[in-house]
Amino acid sequence: MVSLLRQQKIRNILLQALFAGIVLLVVIGGWRNAQHALSSQNVVSGFGFLHKSTGWDVNFSLLPASPNDPYWWFFVIGIVNTLFLGILGLTLATFIGGLVGLFRTSSNDLLQLLGRIYVDFFRNIPLILQVFFWYSLVTNLPAPRNAMEFGPLTLSNRGVYMPALNVGGWHVAGAAVTLLLALALPLWLRTTRRLASPPEQRGALVWGVLGGGLLLAAAILLLGRAPGAALIDPPRLQGLNMRGGLRVSPEFTALLVAIGIYGGAYIGEIVRGGFKAVGKGQTEAAHSLGLSPWQSFSRIRLPLALRAMLPILANQYIWLIKATTLGIAVGFTDFFMIVAVTINQSGQTLEAIAILMVGFLAINLSIAAIFNRINRAIALKGNQLRS
Amino acid sequence: MNTLANSAAVAPPGRVRMLRKRYFPTPLQGVVSVVSAGLLLLISWKLLDWAFLSAVFGAEGSAAECRAAGGACWSVIANRWRIIFFGLYPHAEQWRSALACVAVVAMIVLSCVPSFWRPWRLAAVWIIGTAVYYILMKGGILGLRYVGEEQWGGLALTLFIFVATCLIGFPLSIVLALLRRSELPVISRGTGLLIDAVRSLPLLAILFAFAVVVPFMLPGWMQTGKLYRVVFGAGLFFAAYQAEIIRGGLQGVPRGQEEAAMALGIGYWHRVGKILLPQAMRNALPATINQFVIGFKETSLVIVVGFFEILASGNAAYGTGEWTFAYREVYAFIALIYFVFTYSLSRYGAYLERRMAISSR
Repeated sequence: MVSLLRQQKIRNILLQALFAGIVLLVVIGGWRNAQHALSSQNVVSGFGFLHKSTGWDVNFSLLPASPNDPYWWFFVIGIVNTLFLGILGLTLATFIGGLVGLFRTSSNDLLQLLGRIYVDFFRNIPLILQVFFWYSLVTNLPAPRNAMEFGPLTLSNRGVYMPALNVGGWHVAGAAVTLLLALALPLWLRTTRRLASPPEQRGALVWGVLGGGLLLAAAILLLGRAPGAALIDPPRLQGLNMRGGLRVSPEFTALLVAIGIYGGAYIGEIVRGGFKAVGKGQTEAAHSLGLSPWQSFSRIRLPLALRAMLPILANQYIWLIKATTLGIAVGFTDFFMIVAVTINQSGQTLEAIAILMVGFLAINLSIAAIFNRINRAIALKGNQLRS
Repeated sequence: MNTLANSAAVAPPGRVRMLRKRYFPTPLQGVVSVVSAGLLLLISWKLLDWAFLSAVFGAEGSAAECRAAGGACWSVIANRWRIIFFGLYPHAEQWRSALACVAVVAMIVLSCVPSFWRPWRLAAVWIIGTAVYYILMKGGILGLRYVGEEQWGGLALTLFIFVATCLIGFPLSIVLALLRRSELPVISRGTGLLIDAVRSLPLLAILFAFAVVVPFMLPGWMQTGKLYRVVFGAGLFFAAYQAEIIRGGLQGVPRGQEEAAMALGIGYWHRVGKILLPQAMRNALPATINQFVIGFKETSLVIVVGFFEILASGNAAYGTGEWTFAYREVYAFIALIYFVFTYSLSRYGAYLERRMAISSR
């Protein structure tokens, strides 16, 4: 027996079997305990509950929702809400972060100081505290009757109001997708090597696609217009509340602003790191070739810095998407809040947690996959790789 | 402005020329400098005015007085600081809570001193510090009155969650990192799966699962208080991230180090404990400090599963009818507390990085 244990191979197999056994024991034991505990509370395990109607409502949804809808639809709504908040928050954070990063890498001391104060201040305060702060700020704004107006925006304690389009939801979505394509396709057309013509001769094609896309988006909007109403619907006071326009709830505003500002501080640091990673020789070579500061920035430093920061940026984006779960702290029905309420209301604890895990895994993996793809597409090849 | 420029052109004194070269090399740069200087001055002035010049200080300041002054109303802090720092801890025993906080802070400061960076010294400091904290807070012995965990709150609870997260998470992270780089495929894949699963979930979901779901899964004899379960969840999350940092550190150790140790016939535990981990920890130090900073900030998430830590007690501090308007002051105060902890930790991290850069030159 002892001599058997001395053999490396056998010992390895035994060790692995022990590890797998402990893991299995914990998992199966936990599962059986949970089954037992839940069945004593009359909860039927399994995913059958997905088809039952929920009986509760959500306070924010891009898709139509009612208490009669089944659970699976509410999970879809939650994921869409999380993605919506996440994508808007990421866009805002990237914008702020790019600006702050440029401040911090500028040659001007004062600008650097501004960027540094911003980063040090917002990065060292917990995100949830910032969410609470912005939420209190919005809910403590004056009532709609004496709301504050900032250009087209109306700020009141019921949320932020802005002029809306008098257009059906699906048409707005269609126009938004068309607009995105109209902006993205020309970029692709300008750089791709899949077409026969060289990139320099595609001017007409690029501008045609851009113009056509914009026209198409406008046409979709006009088609979806409610008959007999003006295209733009401004918010206006009626009685004690605002009517018309688009209302952005205090919960959504607080989360968006907090994620944008907090994420901006982190992304600012990533951008700064990216620019720091560009070899000094590159800038000097550009300078000695007679490139102007702008050309040296846009043709040399920015492309190289982008490649250095993309992998870290992907991690930060995943982190920020996960931060949308803070919605539960102020009552925004994101994916996590829907799961939490489901557990509370239906008792389907294990199933709901499993759905949560799968949902976030899917979101994280897709972000990682997109970034890997971009990374591979823009990676420097062969003798481009010099610092 | 014009005369200044002229005189500088005639006989440029060193300092003026230097300032001009620094802030006005081109007209555009000049505009940028002026605008950012203006912005900096404006922010500083607004902040100074709000926080000090038109602020109301002292416990006597009433809500009406504050509204009239237009600045910050620090009276809310003067009146409600006990709830922010100590939560619902019994009033007569709050000195214990304060002392416990001091013990924890002393422990953190001590473990930042390089001469304490020996495994046994660090472990001793942390075990003694935590024991002092625990005895002071919980009582029941040495003539101290018993105070249950459900009455802990405020800064003391925040610090407890942080310390307990580190105490569970750090050793666990080393174990996970070593398991993950094991040569046995079942063990390394299994650990990798666990780490990736934990890392892909939001911390909030893990805290929620440990608060609500795990009690169903544990057999009766393992049922503990909610606080300990949630802290374990936070520790697990910390460990999953820290394990990847340590793994990165281990990868940074040259392969020859391990091979040399093997060639000398040094056994696994000595190889890992005396050769690999010390070098790996050194490589991983900046990222580790960063992880501690993140861990400290993330203690605030336990508010969602119903704990009365400093943020929740802050909400309670301004949540009474009299002070509802003073949310800004309370949040500013709590933000300041967090800032003091996280900023000093991150500055310390930057100092370590410089120190290491010098010694590795």
